Amino acid sequence: MTITVTMTVNGEERTGTCEERTLLVTFLRETLRLTGTHIGCDTSQCGACVVHVDGDSVKSCTMLAIQADGRQVTTIEGVADGDTLHPMQQAFHENHGLQCGYCTPGMIMSALDLLKHNPDPSEREIREHLEGNLCRCTGYHNIVKSIRAAADKMAGA
Amino acid sequence: MYAFQFHRPSSLDDAERIFGESDDPRYVAGGHTILPSMKLRLAAPSDIIDIGDIEALKGLRVESDDVIVGAGVRHADVARSNDVSSAIPALADLAAMIGDFQVRNRGTLGGSIANADPAADYPAALVGLGATVTTNKRTIAADDYFLDLFETALDDGELVTSVSFPKPRRAAYMKFPNPASRYAIVGVFVAEARDGMRVAVTGAGPCVFRVAEMEAALAGSFTPEAVADIKIADDNLNSDIHAVADYRAHLITVMAKRAVAKALD
Repeated sequence: MTITVTMTVNGEERTGTCEERTLLVTFLRETLRLTGTHIGCDTSQCGACVVHVDGDSVKSCTMLAIQADGRQVTTIEGVADGDTLHPMQQAFHENHGLQCGYCTPGMIMSALDLLKHNPDPSEREIREHLEGNLCRCTGYHNIVKSIRAAADKMAGA
Repeated sequence: MYAFQFHRPSSLDDAERIFGESDDPRYVAGGHTILPSMKLRLAAPSDIIDIGDIEALKGLRVESDDVIVGAGVRHADVARSNDVSSAIPALADLAAMIGDFQVRNRGTLGGSIANADPAADYPAALVGLGATVTTNKRTIAADDYFLDLFETALDDGELVTSVSFPKPRRAAYMKFPNPASRYAIVGVFVAEARDGMRVAVTGAGPCVFRVAEMEAALAGSFTPEAVADIKIADDNLNSDIHAVADYRAHLITVMAKRAVAKALD
C-alpha cells in the first residue's frame, strides 16, 4: 500500500510516498534522491548506509522509512556548511582517508557520532568504534588518522 | 520483503489490541532481527507492530538489590549508563559487546530475549545473574525462560516488559565473537550471584545453558585455575562453518577462565 511519510532531513521537512516495507535508505536514495547514503551489504554489517536519526547513528538499511516518520534525519548531504566542508570531511580529504569512497559517507556519519560521545578518542577507541563500518580499500589506517585529526580540529574550533 | 501493515501504538494496551486483531502479527522494537529475517523472507508477518515508542517499556532504574531494565531499552543505553556500570559492571560490559555501535543504537533487551538467538549475548546475562523476566502476563525466572533454539517460555502474543537483574557479588562476561557478525561463537557469563555461583554459556548450544561442574568448582575456589581443567562434552553443541562442536567446547573453558579472571580484576 502506498503511504506518505514526512521527516526532517538535513533540517528541511521532506514528504514522500513509499510502501510500509520501504527501507529508510531506499526512501532517502530513491524518493528524496539523496544518493550520498550508500547501500553496501543490505544486511546491517557494512555501515555504508549510516545516517543519524534523532541524533543517533543507525544503519538505514535496517530501519523502515515509516519508522523515521516525524523524526530528524541527517545524511552526509547535511554535514557540510554550504561549500565549506565539515572538519571531519576536511580531515578525510587531507589524510587520504578514502580510496574508492564507497564507505566514506557511512564512515563520516559514524565518526561524528563517536566524537559526540567521546570527543578525544584514542586510536584503539576509534578502531573499536568502527566495528560496524567496513572499508575494503584503505586498511583503515588513514581513516583512523582522519578521525583523530578531526577530533583535534574540532576540539580547537 | 513481503508487504505488511504497519502500526505504531503509543501504549501497551493499544499494542495488545492490535496484536489480537491481526492475522499474523509480529512485534518490532529495534528491528535488528525481524527486518533482516523479513528481507530474507524467513519471516513474512501480516502486521508489524512497532513498540519502539512505548514509554512504559523504556525505564532503566537501579534499586538497592536489582537493576531493572525495560524491554525497550536499547543496548547503547545500558552500555552507557553510569548507574548500570556501577551496580553491575558486567551487564554494561556485555551490552557494549553486542553487535556494533549502530546496532546497539537500535537493538533492545526485549527484542534480543524474545527472539532468543542461540548466539545472542543477553541470554548469558539473564541466566548468569539469575534474572527475572516480567511480561504483560506474569514473571518468569531466567532459568525457566530459554527453552531451545529460538524458543522461549513466552506464549503467543506475550510481550516482555522488563527484566530484573539481581546485583551479584562479582561477575564478568567474556566472549569469542564471530569477527564479521559480532555474534558470540561462545560467550561465558560467570557470577557469584545472589543465589550462588552461576556459569552461563551462550553461542555454543541451541540456547543458553549452565555448567554445573564449573559452578561447583568456583564455589570451592573462585579462581581461573578452578575451571581450567574442566572439559565440556561437545555432544549437544553447535557445529557450523564458523566453529565445530569440539572447538566450541574448548572455547567454553577458555572463556570461563578469562571471565573468572576478569571478575576478580
